[in-house]
Amino acid sequence: MKTSAHIHRRERRAAWALVAPFAIVTAVFIFYPLYRSIVLAFSQTFGPGATEPAGWLNFRMTLTDPLFWVALRNTALFTLGSLFIQLPLALILASFLNRPDLRGRTVYRLVMFMPQLVGLVFAAMIGGVFFAKRVGAVNQILHATIGLDLDFPWLDQHVTISLILIALWLYVGFNMVYFLAALQTVDRSLVEAARIDGANPAQRFIHVVIPSIRPVLTFVVLLSFIGSMQLFELPYVMLNGAGTENRGLTVVMYLYQQAFVAGDLGMASAVGWLLGLALIAAAALQMLVARKEAA
Amino acid sequence: MAAGAPKQRPGVIGAIWPHLILLPASLVMLLPIAWLVVSAFKSADDFFSSLFFPVDETGALALDRLTLDNFRRLFDDVGIASAIANSFFLSCTLAIFASLACAAAGYALARLRFRGAAPLMVVTLALLVVPPPLLLAPTYELFHRLGLLDNYLAILLPGLAPAFGVFLFRQATIQSVPRELLEAARIDGMGEIGIFANIALPLLRPMVGAFAMITFLMMWNNFIVPQVLLHSPEKMPLAVAVANMKGVYYQDYGMQMAATLLSVAPVLVLFLMLQRDFVSGLASGAVKG
Repeated sequence: MKTSAHIHRRERRAAWALVAPFAIVTAVFIFYPLYRSIVLAFSQTFGPGATEPAGWLNFRMTLTDPLFWVALRNTALFTLGSLFIQLPLALILASFLNRPDLRGRTVYRLVMFMPQLVGLVFAAMIGGVFFAKRVGAVNQILHATIGLDLDFPWLDQHVTISLILIALWLYVGFNMVYFLAALQTVDRSLVEAARIDGANPAQRFIHVVIPSIRPVLTFVVLLSFIGSMQLFELPYVMLNGAGTENRGLTVVMYLYQQAFVAGDLGMASAVGWLLGLALIAAAALQMLVARKEAA
Repeated sequence: MAAGAPKQRPGVIGAIWPHLILLPASLVMLLPIAWLVVSAFKSADDFFSSLFFPVDETGALALDRLTLDNFRRLFDDVGIASAIANSFFLSCTLAIFASLACAAAGYALARLRFRGAAPLMVVTLALLVVPPPLLLAPTYELFHRLGLLDNYLAILLPGLAPAFGVFLFRQATIQSVPRELLEAARIDGMGEIGIFANIALPLLRPMVGAFAMITFLMMWNNFIVPQVLLHSPEKMPLAVAVANMKGVYYQDYGMQMAATLLSVAPVLVLFLMLQRDFVSGLASGAVKG
């Protein structure tokens, strides 16, 4: 009896020792900043250190700032592009790859997954030259094939579509890997039964395959939404800031400018909470949908 | 196998047509990387006159015009060597310590009985939804107060034990560290920390490898944290140093591409060497989670 209690005490102590780094780091560098971000969001700040309570001022200032709405519109357009262009493409590629007899499956998967590793900053560096006037590969190829103007202003006038294309290149393979893993769990006999009942490939895909992978589908949509809404490095590095007429301004870039250009940590925290609440609401919605489907 | 075999053999068309989609798609995916590699070796003049390899006045291929000049200037004039060293230092350090911290916490949450386990697990899951930009301003304020701005500790400490890593290791422990093995070691009188280090950790090796690589990558490609918390140009990792080149050398496309190639090449090589473990580790954590 005594030995068992002794073992348990030892186990408890070891457990706390093992979780200590995680617990301490989380308390100091996540919870404390989270608490401070609430205080800051309701304070008027003058650089780091000097604050004074300000009620809802920062939120009011943000929501009445036309620049914030420009940022939100750009971010929302980019997010819609990611969800409605990139994810369907990822699903289509995954369904082509999901054939056990396909030759070169591993190579295809590798090639499509690879751009992800380049990372946002370096993709932005490539994008800045790839979409540049005259020297950029995009304009040179489109000039040679369809006669597009060599000076077509991707990065001045058509920023959002350029960003959507670069993000597509970066992440379509990543999402494809998720979808592929999900497709591999689809019950073949269900698809086969639908085929025997006379369903064509499109019908089988929509009525049998999609419902079976729905949990992964909603999860990937959520991840993609959360990631897209935090767009920052891609336009910031590619355009060296917000770009012509703020066409590359995003919500996180607005936050960054408030915090580190204007030095207003309070405004930045208010923007952060507006964004955070929107993302948490999306996550809650996804959980709700998932739970309803499970029931 | 035999019982589940399809009744109709796919014909030649059936075997080929996925490739009609997948092959062009793969080429499009590879194009920017191939273009990046060639561009890094081109002079400014050739940038304007050719899409891929440089050509001479008659339009014939002129491979002798490829040059190492961009790289030479990167090392001599820009001093990119220190940025490379900084990136390696930060990424390796974080990968090692974050893997250990997350493995320890994930293992404890999965297999050890203690009163804090349930609340800690709730906290871990809740933290997954906190968007990093929200913490940007207060983190800056915190390190300003601690006097740690422009210090690598400000970069490394907050990333030491990310919640998603703890979650991944908890799942991996449940899957691959059997309770009976731990009980047997306890009966043999092994200490709890010893059990973690000598029994659990070796069993978690695939996840340690995958997670170390993810952490390395995330640090290597991280821009906003060093940009905000560091000031000295000589302390900057590649992501910041290379991005800042755009301001100074904004017309020097060849040099920009050379710097970018130097930055992505180590990651791509590392990945190609370890890709099997990496993709399977990622997929197992992601889909079963």
